[in-house]
Amino acid sequence: MMESCNCIEPQWPADELLMKYQYISDFFIALAYFSIPLELIYFVKKSAVFPYRWVLVQFGAFIVLCGATHLINLWTFTMHSRTVAVVMTTAKVLTAVVSCATALMLVHIIPDLLSVKTRELFLKNKAAELDREMGLIRTQEETGRHVRMLTHEIRSTLDRHTILKTTLVELGRTLALEECALWMPTRSGLELQLSYTLRQQQNPVGYTVPIHLPEINKVLGRNCAVKIPPNSPVARIRPLAGKYIPGEVVAVRVPLLHLSNFQINDWPELSTKRYALMVLMLPSDSARQWHVHELELVEVVADQVAVALSHAAILEESMRARDLLMEQNVALDLARREAETAIRARNDFLAVMNHEMRTPMHAIIALSSLLQETELTPEQRLMVETIMKSSNLLATLINDVLDLSRLEDGSFQLNIATFNLHAVFREVLNLIKPVASVKKLLITLNLAPDLPEYAVGDEKRLMQVILNVVGNAVKFSKEGGISITAFVAKAEYLRDARTPEFFPVPSDNHFYIRVQVKDSGSGINPQDIPKLFTKFVHNQSLATRNSGGSGLGLAICKRFVSLMDGHIWIESEGLGKGCTATFIVRLGIPEKLNESKFPVLPKVPSNHNQANFSGLKVLVMDDNGVSRAVTKGLLLHLGCDVTTVSSGDELLHVVSQEHKVVLLDVCSPGIDSYEVAVQIHRLYSKHHERPLLVALTGSTDKLTKENCMRVGMDGVLQKPVSLDKMRNVLSELLEHGL
Amino acid sequence: MRASLEGEKQQTDQSMDGGLMQMQRRLAEYRNALFKEGILDSQYLQLQELQDESNPDFVVEVVSLFFTDSEKLLNDLSRDLAQQNVDFKRVDAHVHQLKGSSSSIGAEKVKNACIVFRNFCQEKNIPGCLRCLQQIKQEFLLVKSKLETLFKLEQQVVAAGGSIPTVQQPIL
Repeated sequence: MMESCNCIEPQWPADELLMKYQYISDFFIALAYFSIPLELIYFVKKSAVFPYRWVLVQFGAFIVLCGATHLINLWTFTMHSRTVAVVMTTAKVLTAVVSCATALMLVHIIPDLLSVKTRELFLKNKAAELDREMGLIRTQEETGRHVRMLTHEIRSTLDRHTILKTTLVELGRTLALEECALWMPTRSGLELQLSYTLRQQQNPVGYTVPIHLPEINKVLGRNCAVKIPPNSPVARIRPLAGKYIPGEVVAVRVPLLHLSNFQINDWPELSTKRYALMVLMLPSDSARQWHVHELELVEVVADQVAVALSHAAILEESMRARDLLMEQNVALDLARREAETAIRARNDFLAVMNHEMRTPMHAIIALSSLLQETELTPEQRLMVETIMKSSNLLATLINDVLDLSRLEDGSFQLNIATFNLHAVFREVLNLIKPVASVKKLLITLNLAPDLPEYAVGDEKRLMQVILNVVGNAVKFSKEGGISITAFVAKAEYLRDARTPEFFPVPSDNHFYIRVQVKDSGSGINPQDIPKLFTKFVHNQSLATRNSGGSGLGLAICKRFVSLMDGHIWIESEGLGKGCTATFIVRLGIPEKLNESKFPVLPKVPSNHNQANFSGLKVLVMDDNGVSRAVTKGLLLHLGCDVTTVSSGDELLHVVSQEHKVVLLDVCSPGIDSYEVAVQIHRLYSKHHERPLLVALTGSTDKLTKENCMRVGMDGVLQKPVSLDKMRNVLSELLEHGL
Repeated sequence: MRASLEGEKQQTDQSMDGGLMQMQRRLAEYRNALFKEGILDSQYLQLQELQDESNPDFVVEVVSLFFTDSEKLLNDLSRDLAQQNVDFKRVDAHVHQLKGSSSSIGAEKVKNACIVFRNFCQEKNIPGCLRCLQQIKQEFLLVKSKLETLFKLEQQVVAAGGSIPTVQQPIL
């Protein structure tokens, strides 16, 4: 800058050029300075976002003033007046102020502006990331779609071949594979056999590869898809042409499940041992690589294939089983029909033979007995007698065989009817008396007084049994006597230690009759006793002296006795010591409604029975005061003479022959009522002196009933006892007991 | 005595006929309600059947016996359950007694509560037993108060000269 001076020297001295340039430069600077704000304003107006307007204004002012300064500078090149100088100074001062202010302002602004840039970078990165993720999601979705489609295709059929073929085809299509192959393990498990390929037709199916190659083991050991080298034998199923760079190969295992594996919870990790191998090859020369999502797809598909295969296997298996069952069914049906035919044939035969065989037998027997009546010489008589005996034997034999065969096949049924029990015994006696008197044997019959006169059962068969047993006794006794006793078996006698498997169950309308036939004959060796009831087995020692017999008699008796819910057994102390045959059978008690049979005690309405109880001495044992009071009240109401005790000892103290009935509470925890009952039995050994024992119990389980039977209770009542129940039980007991 | 009572009855019948019938009806309703709620069961009816001229207060006697017995049992139970080492056998024995008594009376709810108690006793579950004991006490007090009310009603009816209607079956 040149100093202004007052000389009136020409203003263009030697460095006129320099000044000219300076003049021009200042002019342009001013121009630039003026245009910059204009540009800023223009562009900012254009853009929507600019947060720093104030800064802009400041900056604009700064620039304008700078421009103004430079512009005014133009005038100072030449002589200028004081006004210009003043204006110049003002401009400079203002410029200084504004520029300082702007400088200060920029300290705040510039970091912000820089950070904007940082943010922009950050956002760009984020956008790039999101883009990538979107890409991933899309690929996954694609994969999922593929999998669903594949699965649908695979699972839409239950045919093994279709499943596998479809898998390969779809996989090939989805992943654009060059080749896809499935290798199945052979039966021996040592080799993999090429079973299915996608495109290759050249290699024969059946081409095998040993299973214990390192890469194969690696694949079979892991449950994910594994890359294997393209030159591995399983991947080399195409003819290798020199110029091809083979694409990447991936293999995955496919578990082959057996049916039994489905019960195991951690399917399929631990249970399978057999795996097939699926090998997938990317196209050669494509530089494609296996992506993660593709591998995942392959793994999922392999699993689905495994499931589909196992379903197919199950189906096959069940079809096979069903066919097998149908075959068996048909065979069984045939067998059944044959058996039925056989049975029918047998029955027909029996029916015919029954009639056919008996008719001649009867004829022979009848006629020979008639012949016996005629005049015969002693030899003739002997002959006729022999004929009679033999034919009788034969008749018995035929009857026995026919009976037994019917008993065997279960088609035998008892004829149940009401009959006179006493009469049966009398009849047997009558039948046997002649034979016995010939042998000079004494027969005694003892029927217990409590034996009912009438019973319900099969009269004929019962008589047969009694007759057989008695007949045997007579047969095998040469001298002495036969005693027949019959009585009603009470609970304590029913459970014999010798017959532990016999569980008679006494009930309200049945009773057990026990018949014992003792003879003083030749006895039986105890070792032979088990064989007695076996059919057709003949006791050797007896065979020599006996009059024959088919050996079936006792077998048939045993069958009949079993049918009557009973038991039969023989005891003997040895040869020469006689033997005792005993049997127990169950007979029904005929209905009491029939007045003609029971004139004495019909089923009476309640009021009558009260008369029977008046003065009846009853003893009640119960440790619960309230129950005691109630039971006492009950019995008092019925007219009994009641004594109550609260413990077993007290009971045993107080009990006497006058007490007819003793009621024992058996579920008091502190008293062993069963022991008390046993004691009472011991005290009163004679049956008619003993009071009747009735158990009062809160529970009706089997154990209680068994215990009651065991200790010889005469009855059981369930608490709480009603008036009617007490009445009924007392009347029943008194009827039977007294 | 009976004749005068009859005479009184006739007199009162005319003037208080409605009153006696009303009392009888109330008595019957009250009794039916007890059956319907399950507080008493048919065993109670059995007890009533046993009451006759030779034994006119049978029911009341037995029920009073039940009350005293049960109260004693409940006290014993409370004491036994409060022990350090609970003797479950004793507790079971007491509950058994209570169950027996209540079933003899026909106090159905008490009996049922006893059955539940026994289960807890077998499991040796003390909190359960205590809860059950509370339950039993509640039921017992309930049946006691109900029966006392019933007896009062019966006395009223008898005092008014009427007879207690017997129920053959609970009208459920």
